[in-house]
Amino acid sequence: MDFAFFLIQLLNGLQYGLLLFLVASGLTLVFGIMGIINLAHGSFYMIGAYIAWSLASLTGSLTAAILLGIPLTVLIGMVLERLLFRHLYQRDHLYQVLLTYGLILVFEELRSVIWGDDVHGVAVPALLSYSIPLTENLSYPVYRLAISGVCLLIAGGLYLLIQKTRLGMMIRAGASNREMVQALGIDIKLIYMLIFALGVALAGFAGMINSPLSSVFPNMGGSVLIICLVVVVIGGIGSVKGALLASLMIGLADTFGQVLLPEVSGMIVYILMAAVLLWRPEGLFART
Amino acid sequence: MRHSRLIDGLLIAAVLLLALFPFVESVFYTQLITKVLIMAIFAISLDLMVGYTGLVHFGQAAYFGLAGYALALMGPQYEAVSLWWSLPAAMGVCALFALGTGLLALRTRGIYFIMVTLAFAQMLFFVFHDTKIGGGSDGIYIYAKPEMKIGETVLLNLEKLDQFYYLVLILLVAVYLFLRRILGSTFGRALVGIKVNEHRMRALGFPVFRYQLASYVLSGALAGMAGYLAAVQYGFVNPELLSWHQSGGVLMMVILGGMGTLYGPALGAFAFVLFQEVMSNQGWFGPIAKHWQLPMGIFVILVALYLPQGLAGLLQKLGRKPEVDGNEVDVNEVDVKEGASHD
Repeated sequence: MDFAFFLIQLLNGLQYGLLLFLVASGLTLVFGIMGIINLAHGSFYMIGAYIAWSLASLTGSLTAAILLGIPLTVLIGMVLERLLFRHLYQRDHLYQVLLTYGLILVFEELRSVIWGDDVHGVAVPALLSYSIPLTENLSYPVYRLAISGVCLLIAGGLYLLIQKTRLGMMIRAGASNREMVQALGIDIKLIYMLIFALGVALAGFAGMINSPLSSVFPNMGGSVLIICLVVVVIGGIGSVKGALLASLMIGLADTFGQVLLPEVSGMIVYILMAAVLLWRPEGLFART
Repeated sequence: MRHSRLIDGLLIAAVLLLALFPFVESVFYTQLITKVLIMAIFAISLDLMVGYTGLVHFGQAAYFGLAGYALALMGPQYEAVSLWWSLPAAMGVCALFALGTGLLALRTRGIYFIMVTLAFAQMLFFVFHDTKIGGGSDGIYIYAKPEMKIGETVLLNLEKLDQFYYLVLILLVAVYLFLRRILGSTFGRALVGIKVNEHRMRALGFPVFRYQLASYVLSGALAGMAGYLAAVQYGFVNPELLSWHQSGGVLMMVILGGMGTLYGPALGAFAFVLFQEVMSNQGWFGPIAKHWQLPMGIFVILVALYLPQGLAGLLQKLGRKPEVDGNEVDVNEVDVKEGASHD
């Protein structure tokens, strides 16, 4: 393997990992702070991709579609929280699993009714639609680099939001003691709603920006969901930092696994997870 | 494990009805109910884990598929193998896999246990999906169904739909009675005790880990029985049998039916498969039958919101009143009563 090839795989692995982080960070926040296992989180990724595709074919520009799509996903998140998820906070995890499994079915069928069952491609924005040549016949698409950059910005933003702002302080406080935060006069319900909407928007955004690379197809949320659950568990439930580290590990392991060990590539991610959990049964950055 | 007389009566009636069912002489419905009965065995095996051991296994499909592959790969491709050794062997393979993974998985708890069991199932999925064992992602055909002979006498001819149906029904009833007996014994009581308060049981001197492992392995072997039967029925196996959708589906059957009751998950399997079959019937629902998952999803959501005890909880409410005839009261029944008094 020469250096250019290695570099391409490295960048692909990082890009995939960072994209996973967008989806997984929402999952781990909702999980860690609100105590909800949300199997339907992968569906938000799919919904984002379909919104991007339909708005892009409507407006002719993916950028416009994303700008319009983000408020839409936030809205979807707030409505779902208010109507459904709010009733699940005090319930056993099993019922959360049951309800969100039902939601997956509902979302898949609504997708089928609204958008149909075909596979669609989405065009890369013209501004980013070129490649950087690395050697004579190898080059790297700028769009992938752009995705990585945007994901890094969002990761930084999340860090600032949670660690440095007043809202972030309330979120962290709400995670450790819901009653106490409420007693201090903070509207915890509103904060939960915001976190949930943030999670939905992050997953939806990931689906949108990845739609030119992955294309848009039915059941695209399923595999993303499972990989993101793996990320959340490796990172430690509720830990955004852990989710970032775990996403990068998974992204790199999966990408290099496919190149170096194609026979067992599918297994590598799960072997990694089993190994981490046997070493640290609560994940890398477990809350105690 | 005390059951109300109403429920026992209903179960006996249900088995009698099922035993008469092949006289309907419909190929389609006999096959459909056979599938339901197999899924019922599968769901009951998971209930042992979820409902009685208190550990949510999210990779039960691994055993289901593994047993199928074991059957497909064990014998010569075009010759029938004997059921007498191939069924125990397939279940044994599953038990061994469960033993190996259980030793590791049982070190974790809660959501981490869910994820580790999922991970083991996914690994096995990719073993069959990505390598040449068992035909890769296309799967492999089982050309001849196993034989059930004593000497030269054919006991049941599994090529015949109704004879296969009876084999499955007998095995379902046997599994149910076997588990009911096991769970009523000291072992079962201790399992439930561990589920409720692990530390206390440990302090009382129970070998918690060994009890859980025994339950884990037994659950895997029984799921293997279901997988073996499914492979015999379909005549082929492919990696989809081990996919996480399958694990999720059977978990839904258990919760939907009412976990910790054994008959509840069987009920859940009926509800799940029949609901799917009815709603996807184009003759009845025309073009919207294609979207059968929508009513299914809404049904599942409503159960999660309004029927926390599952379908079995409904039955128990019906049969609860006159049935408390002694001083011992079942934990489940107390739960139902308390739940009902809040309403």
